[in-house]
Amino acid sequence: MSALTFTLKIRPEQRVDMSPLVCQKLENLEPVEIAAIKLHCGKKKVRVDELFAVSGFDTKHILIKNSVAKLDYIGKELDGGVIRVEGDVGAYCGMGMKSGVIKVFGNAGLYAGCEMKKGQLEIDGNAGDFLGGALAGNKMGMKGGLILVKGNAGDRVGDHLRRGTILIEGSAGDYCGSRMIAGTIAVMGNTGKFLGHSMRRGTLLLWNAPKLPASFNDCGSHTLAFLPMLFKSFQSLNSTFALTENAFNRVQRYAGDMSEIGRGEVLVRIEN
Amino acid sequence: MIINGVQIDATFAEAFPMKGTRAIITAQNEKWAMIAAQAMTGFATSVIACGCEAGIERVLSPNETPDGRPGVSIMIFAMGGKGLAKQLETRAGQCVLTSPTSALFAGIDGGIRIPLGKNLRYFGDGFQTSKVISGKRYWRIPVMDGEFLAEATTGQVDAVGGGNFLVLAQSQPQALAACEAAIEEMKKIPNVIMPFPGGVVRSGSKVGSKYKTLNASTNDAFCPTLKGSTKKTDLSPDVESVMEIVIDGLSKEDIDKAMRVGIQAVCNLGVENGITRISAGNYGGKLGPFHFHLQEIMA
Repeated sequence: MSALTFTLKIRPEQRVDMSPLVCQKLENLEPVEIAAIKLHCGKKKVRVDELFAVSGFDTKHILIKNSVAKLDYIGKELDGGVIRVEGDVGAYCGMGMKSGVIKVFGNAGLYAGCEMKKGQLEIDGNAGDFLGGALAGNKMGMKGGLILVKGNAGDRVGDHLRRGTILIEGSAGDYCGSRMIAGTIAVMGNTGKFLGHSMRRGTLLLWNAPKLPASFNDCGSHTLAFLPMLFKSFQSLNSTFALTENAFNRVQRYAGDMSEIGRGEVLVRIEN
Repeated sequence: MIINGVQIDATFAEAFPMKGTRAIITAQNEKWAMIAAQAMTGFATSVIACGCEAGIERVLSPNETPDGRPGVSIMIFAMGGKGLAKQLETRAGQCVLTSPTSALFAGIDGGIRIPLGKNLRYFGDGFQTSKVISGKRYWRIPVMDGEFLAEATTGQVDAVGGGNFLVLAQSQPQALAACEAAIEEMKKIPNVIMPFPGGVVRSGSKVGSKYKTLNASTNDAFCPTLKGSTKKTDLSPDVESVMEIVIDGLSKEDIDKAMRVGIQAVCNLGVENGITRISAGNYGGKLGPFHFHLQEIMA
């Protein structure tokens, strides 16, 4: 069965709320019913077929073509199935996702994967601020699942991260891992200022030495048994994280943030 | 039935339902994984007084273990789930947590989840941290040699305990040599352990005793020194020594397989090496619902 495909016909002038177009909401709908779904576009509501050419039938596999950064909430609360997006996506991609896979072959805007609970979000390009974070005012960010960013990520990656894994092949901006409650963030590139600001628990796994705040204490160099298992779990990913030459188990461990409860850690690779 | 001059008795071994689990112990090298495994499965020959029956299932190569280090797979069996969980936790805490460079992982993914490192984490005094990797929770407990890594839970499954057979020989050295040959082969069968010292029991028991406080006592029917003094002796004049091999396993089929290769190994030595008979612990069906008929197994 061919994937249910939404090909963007016109570049919308206002931002579009794509949250109705997730697998579980389209299940058992006829093509004409899908085409008639109304999407918020700025102050107006527009029919799906006004913005997109719709083809295909398989609601468990959705393909969005010609996507632009004005399409927000793609895959919001996705509960099973696969969404592939060719082009950029707007804000809140994969927000509150419960299961399934979202693959973005472009860049993602703010709050990608924010408060997601399970599943996998892959972003081929760059991601905006608050990747896997919590919505403003909320106390818990991502609670499970995996986010993979092949480019760079903005500021506040994993803000209030509760559980789950965020992998960034490029660099991360300022306040990476801020207010983390638990979970793992791995960054192969560089990290910005105020790394792990107010983090409580969790792991920041880094390939390059960061500029650490004064509230992180050096615990020395160690060989940690869980790291080979963590890297082994990445081996199924289409990512440089899956390469055995990028795996390591020898790290410099910094504990922090001591201005919080100090149970978090920054692990920095020690080259053999 | 006679195999290579060895008589296989028309009798059956009786076994009973147990709860079982498996854990994987890894360490820096096989030597230290084995030391931890031996400690964890020590004093666990019989539920009669040890609280559980435990043994080493096999040595694992690094590519078979979760953390890629040399390891040993151990199995523990007990009469009930609560007892099993308590024994597992106590033994893990005192024998594996304490053993240098060790790590502890679940050996059964399904079944009812029972704590492995879940409560041991409190040894970390608040400095413990957990990691969920591929859907499984692991606890990292800071210890003096680095970190003790333990999977939170392992699986408890229904199992069978007390499968057995008796080796009757013309001398003690011949009985022991036959049992050693049997154990060598039985160790190759997965999902089973032979919990007694070296896998062999020289003090097989019967149910009950003349002493009210004891619920098991020496199996006088198979004691060679009592041939003339007990009315119910089951030994012919030429038998001078009897040894037993007890098997616990995850299923009746696993024990069947282990018994078959064990008995075959004994029979391969044959009557020319002093082996006269193979029998089994049979308590008239009162002990347990699992019956292992020797002649059916060897057919």
